Amino acid sequence: MAIETQYQGIRDGAGPGVGDFIALMKPRVMSLVVFTALVGMMAAPGGLHPVLGFIALLCITVGAGASGALNMWYDADIDRHMARTAARPIPRGVVTAEEALTFGTVLSVTSVLTLGVLVNWVAGGLLALTIGFYIFIYTMWLKRRTPQNIVIGGAAGAFPPMIGWAAVTGGVSVESIVLFLIIFMWTPPHFWALALYRCRDYERVGVPMLPVVAGPDETRRQIVIYSILLIPVGISPYFIGLGGISYLVTSSVLGAVFLWLAFKVYRTREGREADRIAKQLFVFSIFYLFALFAVLLGEKIAEWLVALGAFKAIFA
Amino acid sequence: MANNAGHEQQKKVEAERAKRQRLRSIAIAVGLGVLVVLFYAATIVHLGGNALNRPM
Repeated sequence: MAIETQYQGIRDGAGPGVGDFIALMKPRVMSLVVFTALVGMMAAPGGLHPVLGFIALLCITVGAGASGALNMWYDADIDRHMARTAARPIPRGVVTAEEALTFGTVLSVTSVLTLGVLVNWVAGGLLALTIGFYIFIYTMWLKRRTPQNIVIGGAAGAFPPMIGWAAVTGGVSVESIVLFLIIFMWTPPHFWALALYRCRDYERVGVPMLPVVAGPDETRRQIVIYSILLIPVGISPYFIGLGGISYLVTSSVLGAVFLWLAFKVYRTREGREADRIAKQLFVFSIFYLFALFAVLLGEKIAEWLVALGAFKAIFA
Repeated sequence: MANNAGHEQQKKVEAERAKRQRLRSIAIAVGLGVLVVLFYAATIVHLGGNALNRPM
Protein backbone atom coordinates (compact mmCIF):
# COMPACT_ATOMS: atom_id res chain seq x y z
CA MET A 1 0.00 0.00 0.00
CA ALA A 2 1.36 3.43 -0.90
CA ILE A 3 2.48 5.51 2.03
CA GLU A 4 0.21 8.36 0.96
CA THR A 5 -2.84 6.09 1.09
CA GLN A 6 -1.76 4.42 4.27
CA TYR A 7 -1.54 7.70 6.13
CA GLN A 8 -4.48 9.35 4.46
CA GLY A 9 -6.56 11.19 7.01
CA ILE A 10 -3.75 11.51 9.53
CA ARG A 11 -3.84 15.05 10.81
CA ASP A 12 -0.73 17.14 10.27
CA GLY A 13 1.74 16.62 13.07
CA ALA A 14 -0.73 14.63 15.13
CA GLY A 15 0.57 11.07 15.12
CA PRO A 16 -0.85 8.48 17.49
CA GLY A 17 -0.02 8.77 21.16
CA VAL A 18 -0.13 6.14 23.89
CA GLY A 19 -3.61 7.43 24.76
CA ASP A 20 -4.89 6.57 21.29
CA PHE A 21 -3.77 2.96 21.67
CA ILE A 22 -5.37 2.81 25.10
CA ALA A 23 -8.60 4.15 23.57
CA LEU A 24 -8.32 1.37 21.00
CA MET A 25 -8.59 -1.14 23.85
CA LYS A 26 -12.00 0.18 25.00
CA PRO A 27 -10.90 1.10 28.55
CA ARG A 28 -14.45 1.32 29.92
CA VAL A 29 -15.28 -2.21 28.79
CA MET A 30 -11.86 -3.29 30.02
CA SER A 31 -12.55 -1.92 33.52
CA LEU A 32 -15.69 -4.06 33.82
CA VAL A 33 -13.72 -7.07 32.55
CA VAL A 34 -10.95 -6.52 35.13
CA PHE A 35 -13.48 -6.15 37.91
CA THR A 36 -15.59 -9.22 37.06
CA ALA A 37 -12.46 -11.33 36.48
CA LEU A 38 -11.08 -10.19 39.84
CA VAL A 39 -14.33 -11.22 41.55
CA GLY A 40 -14.17 -14.60 39.78
CA MET A 41 -10.64 -15.06 41.13
CA MET A 42 -11.46 -13.95 44.67
CA ALA A 43 -14.64 -16.01 44.88
CA ALA A 44 -12.93 -19.20 43.74
CA PRO A 45 -11.98 -21.77 46.37
CA GLY A 46 -8.30 -22.31 47.02
CA GLY A 47 -5.59 -19.78 46.47
CA LEU A 48 -3.27 -18.36 43.88
CA HIS A 49 0.05 -16.67 44.61
CA PRO A 50 -0.50 -12.87 44.43
CA VAL A 51 2.13 -12.54 41.69
CA LEU A 52 0.39 -15.19 39.56
CA GLY A 53 -2.97 -13.58 40.40
CA PHE A 54 -1.67 -10.25 39.14
CA ILE A 55 -0.30 -11.86 35.96
CA ALA A 56 -3.63 -13.62 35.34
CA LEU A 57 -5.56 -10.38 35.78
CA LEU A 58 -3.13 -8.51 33.52
CA CYS A 59 -3.45 -11.16 30.79
CA ILE A 60 -7.26 -11.11 30.97
CA THR A 61 -7.24 -7.30 30.81
CA VAL A 62 -4.83 -7.16 27.88
CA GLY A 63 -6.73 -9.94 26.07
CA ALA A 64 -10.00 -8.03 26.49
CA GLY A 65 -8.33 -4.82 25.28
CA ALA A 66 -6.84 -6.64 22.30
CA SER A 67 -10.24 -7.92 21.23
CA GLY A 68 -11.54 -4.34 21.56
CA ALA A 69 -8.79 -3.17 19.18
CA LEU A 70 -9.61 -5.94 16.69
CA ASN A 71 -13.29 -5.02 16.91
CA MET A 72 -12.44 -1.39 16.13
CA TRP A 73 -10.29 -2.51 13.19
CA TYR A 74 -13.13 -4.55 11.69
CA ASP A 75 -15.88 -2.03 12.44
CA ALA A 76 -14.00 1.11 11.35
CA ASP A 77 -16.25 1.49 8.29
CA ILE A 78 -19.43 1.78 10.35
CA ASP A 79 -17.87 3.48 13.38
CA ARG A 80 -17.21 6.65 11.40
CA HIS A 81 -20.96 7.06 10.74
CA MET A 82 -22.22 6.67 14.32
CA ALA A 83 -22.20 9.52 16.85
CA ARG A 84 -21.16 7.19 19.71
CA THR A 85 -18.14 5.80 17.84
CA ALA A 86 -17.09 8.55 15.38
CA ALA A 87 -14.38 9.80 17.77
CA ARG A 88 -12.64 6.42 18.03
CA PRO A 89 -8.95 6.46 16.98
CA ILE A 90 -9.39 4.88 13.51
CA PRO A 91 -12.36 7.00 12.28
CA ARG A 92 -10.59 10.06 13.73
CA GLY A 93 -7.57 9.18 11.59
CA VAL A 94 -4.91 9.03 14.31
CA VAL A 95 -4.40 5.26 14.12
CA THR A 96 -4.44 3.34 10.84
CA ALA A 97 -6.52 0.18 10.43
CA GLU A 98 -3.31 -1.83 9.86
CA GLU A 99 -1.81 -0.55 13.11
CA ALA A 100 -4.96 -1.53 15.01
CA LEU A 101 -4.95 -5.01 13.44
CA THR A 102 -1.29 -5.62 14.30
CA PHE A 103 -1.70 -4.21 17.80
CA GLY A 104 -4.78 -6.36 18.51
CA THR A 105 -3.32 -9.55 17.05
CA VAL A 106 0.01 -9.30 18.85
CA LEU A 107 -1.63 -8.55 22.20
CA SER A 108 -4.22 -11.33 21.76
CA VAL A 109 -1.62 -14.00 21.05
CA THR A 110 0.76 -12.76 23.76
CA SER A 111 -1.92 -12.56 26.47
CA VAL A 112 -3.25 -16.07 25.74
CA LEU A 113 0.21 -17.68 25.63
CA THR A 114 1.40 -15.86 28.75
CA LEU A 115 -1.73 -16.84 30.72
CA GLY A 116 -1.46 -20.43 29.52
CA VAL A 117 2.26 -20.85 30.24
CA LEU A 118 2.47 -18.92 33.52
CA VAL A 119 -0.91 -19.69 35.14
CA ASN A 120 -2.76 -22.61 33.52
CA TRP A 121 -4.05 -23.70 30.13
CA VAL A 122 -7.73 -23.88 31.10
CA ALA A 123 -7.63 -20.14 31.81
CA GLY A 124 -5.50 -19.56 28.69
CA GLY A 125 -7.91 -21.60 26.58
CA LEU A 126 -10.93 -19.72 27.93
CA LEU A 127 -9.24 -16.40 27.16
CA ALA A 128 -8.56 -17.57 23.59
CA LEU A 129 -12.19 -18.67 23.32
CA THR A 130 -13.37 -15.26 24.58
CA ILE A 131 -11.26 -13.32 22.09
CA GLY A 132 -12.19 -15.65 19.24
CA PHE A 133 -15.87 -15.52 20.13
CA TYR A 134 -15.89 -11.72 20.28
CA ILE A 135 -14.06 -11.25 17.00
CA PHE A 136 -15.20 -14.11 14.79
CA ILE A 137 -18.66 -14.96 16.15
CA TYR A 138 -19.88 -11.54 17.30
CA THR A 139 -18.01 -8.88 15.31
CA MET A 140 -17.52 -10.62 11.98
CA TRP A 141 -20.54 -12.92 11.84
CA LEU A 142 -23.50 -11.96 14.02
CA LYS A 143 -23.29 -8.19 14.47
CA ARG A 144 -24.27 -7.23 10.93
CA ARG A 145 -26.53 -10.22 10.25
CA THR A 146 -29.02 -10.83 13.04
CA PRO A 147 -30.91 -8.89 15.72
CA GLN A 148 -29.87 -11.69 18.09
CA ASN A 149 -26.28 -10.39 17.72
CA ILE A 150 -25.87 -9.20 21.28
CA VAL A 151 -27.79 -12.11 22.82
CA ILE A 152 -25.27 -14.66 21.53
CA GLY A 153 -22.34 -12.25 21.32
CA GLY A 154 -22.92 -11.32 24.95
CA ALA A 155 -21.21 -14.58 25.87
CA ALA A 156 -17.87 -12.97 25.07
CA GLY A 157 -18.37 -10.35 27.77
CA ALA A 158 -19.57 -13.01 30.21
CA PHE A 159 -16.43 -15.16 30.15
CA PRO A 160 -14.01 -13.01 32.27
CA PRO A 161 -15.21 -14.14 35.74
CA MET A 162 -15.04 -17.71 34.45
CA ILE A 163 -11.44 -17.14 33.33
CA GLY A 164 -10.60 -15.63 36.73
CA TRP A 165 -12.15 -18.66 38.45
CA ALA A 166 -10.26 -21.05 36.16
CA ALA A 167 -6.98 -19.21 36.86
CA VAL A 168 -7.34 -20.17 40.53
CA THR A 169 -8.98 -23.61 40.35
CA GLY A 170 -7.74 -24.83 36.97
CA GLY A 171 -11.28 -25.77 35.97
CA VAL A 172 -14.88 -24.78 35.35
CA SER A 173 -17.63 -25.33 37.92
CA VAL A 174 -21.30 -24.55 38.61
CA GLU A 175 -20.33 -21.38 40.48
CA SER A 176 -18.30 -19.97 37.60
CA ILE A 177 -21.08 -20.89 35.15
CA VAL A 178 -23.54 -18.94 37.33
CA LEU A 179 -21.24 -15.88 37.23
CA PHE A 180 -21.12 -16.30 33.46
CA LEU A 181 -24.91 -16.54 33.26
CA ILE A 182 -25.45 -13.33 35.25
CA ILE A 183 -23.52 -11.28 32.68
CA PHE A 184 -24.95 -13.29 29.77
CA MET A 185 -28.56 -12.58 30.82
CA TRP A 186 -27.72 -8.98 31.72
CA THR A 187 -26.28 -8.08 28.31
CA PRO A 188 -29.51 -8.03 26.19
CA PRO A 189 -31.57 -5.63 28.36
CA HIS A 190 -28.45 -3.50 28.88
CA PHE A 191 -27.66 -3.13 25.16
CA TRP A 192 -31.25 -2.93 23.97
CA ALA A 193 -31.87 -0.03 26.39
CA LEU A 194 -28.94 1.73 24.67
CA ALA A 195 -30.15 0.71 21.20
CA LEU A 196 -33.58 2.20 21.92
CA TYR A 197 -32.22 5.71 22.10
CA ARG A 198 -29.38 5.15 19.60
CA CYS A 199 -31.67 3.44 17.11
CA ARG A 200 -31.08 5.92 14.27
CA ASP A 201 -27.30 5.45 14.45
CA TYR A 202 -27.60 1.69 13.98
CA GLU A 203 -30.20 2.13 11.25
CA ARG A 204 -27.92 4.46 9.27
CA VAL A 205 -25.05 1.97 9.22
CA GLY A 206 -27.27 -1.08 8.64
CA VAL A 207 -26.55 -2.92 11.89
CA PRO A 208 -29.69 -5.00 12.54
CA MET A 209 -30.16 -4.14 16.20
CA LEU A 210 -33.52 -5.27 17.55
CA PRO A 211 -35.21 -1.80 17.50
CA VAL A 212 -34.16 -1.37 13.86
CA VAL A 213 -35.43 -4.76 12.70
CA ALA A 214 -38.35 -5.55 15.00
CA GLY A 215 -39.24 -2.04 16.13
CA PRO A 216 -39.03 -0.31 19.51
CA ASP A 217 -42.20 -1.94 20.90
CA GLU A 218 -40.90 -5.48 20.38
CA THR A 219 -37.55 -4.37 21.86
CA ARG A 220 -39.36 -3.12 24.97
CA ARG A 221 -41.16 -6.47 25.26
CA GLN A 222 -37.86 -8.35 24.95
CA ILE A 223 -36.22 -6.08 27.57
CA VAL A 224 -38.97 -7.04 30.03
CA ILE A 225 -38.67 -10.77 29.20
CA TYR A 226 -34.88 -10.79 29.64
CA SER A 227 -35.14 -8.71 32.83
CA ILE A 228 -37.58 -11.25 34.29
CA LEU A 229 -35.11 -14.02 33.42
CA LEU A 230 -32.14 -12.05 34.76
CA ILE A 231 -33.49 -11.47 38.29
CA PRO A 232 -33.55 -15.14 39.45
CA VAL A 233 -30.16 -15.74 37.83
CA GLY A 234 -28.86 -12.66 39.67
CA ILE A 235 -30.10 -14.03 43.00
CA SER A 236 -28.94 -17.63 42.40
CA PRO A 237 -25.36 -17.28 43.78
CA TYR A 238 -26.96 -17.20 47.25
CA PHE A 239 -28.59 -20.60 46.70
CA ILE A 240 -25.38 -22.31 45.59
CA GLY A 241 -23.37 -20.91 48.48
CA LEU A 242 -21.42 -18.39 46.43
CA GLY A 243 -23.12 -15.34 47.97
CA GLY A 244 -24.19 -14.67 51.55
CA ILE A 245 -27.19 -12.93 53.06
CA SER A 246 -26.04 -9.44 52.07
CA TYR A 247 -25.78 -10.68 48.50
CA LEU A 248 -29.31 -12.08 48.69
CA VAL A 249 -30.68 -8.75 49.94
CA THR A 250 -28.71 -6.63 47.43
CA SER A 251 -29.53 -8.78 44.41
CA SER A 252 -33.22 -8.94 45.38
CA VAL A 253 -33.61 -5.20 45.93
CA LEU A 254 -31.60 -4.17 42.86
CA GLY A 255 -33.34 -6.85 40.82
CA ALA A 256 -36.71 -5.38 41.79
CA VAL A 257 -35.51 -1.90 40.75
CA PHE A 258 -34.20 -3.33 37.46
CA LEU A 259 -37.57 -4.93 36.76
CA TRP A 260 -39.44 -1.76 37.71
CA LEU A 261 -37.31 0.27 35.30
CA ALA A 262 -37.78 -2.35 32.58
CA PHE A 263 -41.58 -2.05 32.97
CA LYS A 264 -41.24 1.73 32.92
CA VAL A 265 -39.38 1.44 29.60
CA TYR A 266 -42.15 -0.87 28.39
CA ARG A 267 -44.91 1.58 29.26
CA THR A 268 -43.26 4.85 28.17
CA ARG A 269 -43.04 4.72 24.39
CA GLU A 270 -43.27 8.28 23.09
CA GLY A 271 -41.01 11.31 22.85
CA ARG A 272 -38.08 12.46 24.90
CA GLU A 273 -39.41 10.85 28.07
CA ALA A 274 -39.10 7.40 26.42
CA ASP A 275 -35.44 8.10 25.57
CA ARG A 276 -34.78 9.40 29.06
CA ILE A 277 -36.15 6.28 30.73
CA ALA A 278 -34.28 3.97 28.34
CA LYS A 279 -31.10 5.85 29.24
CA GLN A 280 -32.00 5.50 32.92
CA LEU A 281 -32.28 1.71 32.53
CA PHE A 282 -28.98 1.61 30.62
CA VAL A 283 -27.13 3.49 33.38
CA PHE A 284 -28.82 1.52 36.16
CA SER A 285 -27.97 -1.80 34.47
CA ILE A 286 -24.26 -0.93 34.74
CA PHE A 287 -24.69 -0.11 38.41
CA TYR A 288 -26.67 -3.35 38.94
CA LEU A 289 -23.93 -5.57 37.55
CA PHE A 290 -21.19 -3.66 39.32
CA ALA A 291 -23.04 -3.80 42.66
CA LEU A 292 -23.74 -7.55 42.45
CA PHE A 293 -20.10 -8.37 41.84
CA ALA A 294 -18.93 -5.78 44.40
CA VAL A 295 -21.06 -7.42 47.11
CA LEU A 296 -19.65 -10.86 46.23
CA LEU A 297 -16.17 -9.38 46.54
CA GLY A 298 -17.02 -7.58 49.79
CA GLU A 299 -18.39 -10.77 51.34
CA LYS A 300 -15.25 -12.67 50.41
CA ILE A 301 -13.01 -9.97 51.92
CA ALA A 302 -15.15 -9.96 55.10
CA GLU A 303 -14.80 -13.77 55.29
CA TRP A 304 -11.02 -13.45 55.08
CA LEU A 305 -10.94 -10.76 57.74
CA VAL A 306 -13.01 -12.93 60.09
CA ALA A 307 -10.72 -15.89 59.41
CA LEU A 308 -7.67 -13.69 60.00
CA GLY A 309 -9.18 -12.44 63.29
CA ALA A 310 -9.80 -16.04 64.42
CA PHE A 311 -6.27 -17.01 63.41
CA LYS A 312 -4.81 -14.13 65.41
CA ALA A 313 -7.01 -14.98 68.40
CA ILE A 314 -5.73 -18.58 68.39
CA PHE A 315 -2.08 -17.65 68.13
CA ALA A 316 -2.12 -14.47 70.25
CA MET B 1 5.32 25.26 -7.72
CA ALA B 2 3.25 22.08 -7.84
CA ASN B 3 6.44 20.06 -7.72
CA ASN B 4 7.49 21.91 -4.57
CA ALA B 5 4.17 21.22 -2.85
CA GLY B 6 4.45 17.54 -3.75
CA HIS B 7 7.95 17.44 -2.32
CA GLU B 8 6.77 19.07 0.90
CA GLN B 9 3.92 16.55 1.18
CA GLN B 10 6.36 13.67 0.63
CA LYS B 11 8.63 15.02 3.39
CA LYS B 12 5.69 15.28 5.76
CA VAL B 13 4.61 11.70 5.07
CA GLU B 14 8.18 10.46 5.55
CA ALA B 15 8.45 12.29 8.87
CA GLU B 16 5.14 10.78 9.98
CA ARG B 17 6.31 7.30 8.97
CA ALA B 18 9.58 7.69 10.90
CA LYS B 19 7.70 8.93 13.95
CA ARG B 20 5.37 5.95 13.89
CA GLN B 21 8.25 3.53 13.41
CA ARG B 22 10.01 5.00 16.43
CA LEU B 23 6.84 4.76 18.55
CA ARG B 24 6.41 1.14 17.45
CA SER B 25 10.01 0.31 18.37
CA ILE B 26 9.62 1.83 21.82
CA ALA B 27 6.33 -0.03 22.35
CA ILE B 28 7.92 -3.35 21.35
CA ALA B 29 10.88 -2.73 23.66
CA VAL B 30 8.62 -1.87 26.59
CA GLY B 31 6.38 -4.89 25.84
CA LEU B 32 9.33 -7.28 25.74
CA GLY B 33 10.71 -5.77 28.95
CA VAL B 34 7.38 -6.35 30.70
CA LEU B 35 7.28 -9.96 29.44
CA VAL B 36 10.80 -10.62 30.75
CA VAL B 37 9.83 -9.29 34.19
CA LEU B 38 6.58 -11.32 34.23
CA PHE B 39 8.28 -14.58 33.21
CA TYR B 40 11.09 -14.03 35.69
CA ALA B 41 8.69 -13.31 38.57
CA ALA B 42 6.43 -16.26 37.70
CA THR B 43 9.43 -18.61 37.47
CA ILE B 44 10.63 -17.57 40.92
CA VAL B 45 7.10 -18.09 42.31
CA HIS B 46 6.81 -21.54 40.69
CA LEU B 47 10.21 -22.59 41.99
CA GLY B 48 9.43 -21.26 45.45
CA GLY B 49 11.71 -22.66 48.17
CA ASN B 50 12.90 -25.38 45.81
CA ALA B 51 15.33 -22.93 44.22
CA LEU B 52 17.56 -23.24 47.30
CA ASN B 53 16.93 -26.93 47.88
CA ARG B 54 20.05 -28.46 46.30
CA PRO B 55 21.72 -31.60 47.55
CA MET B 56 25.37 -30.92 48.35
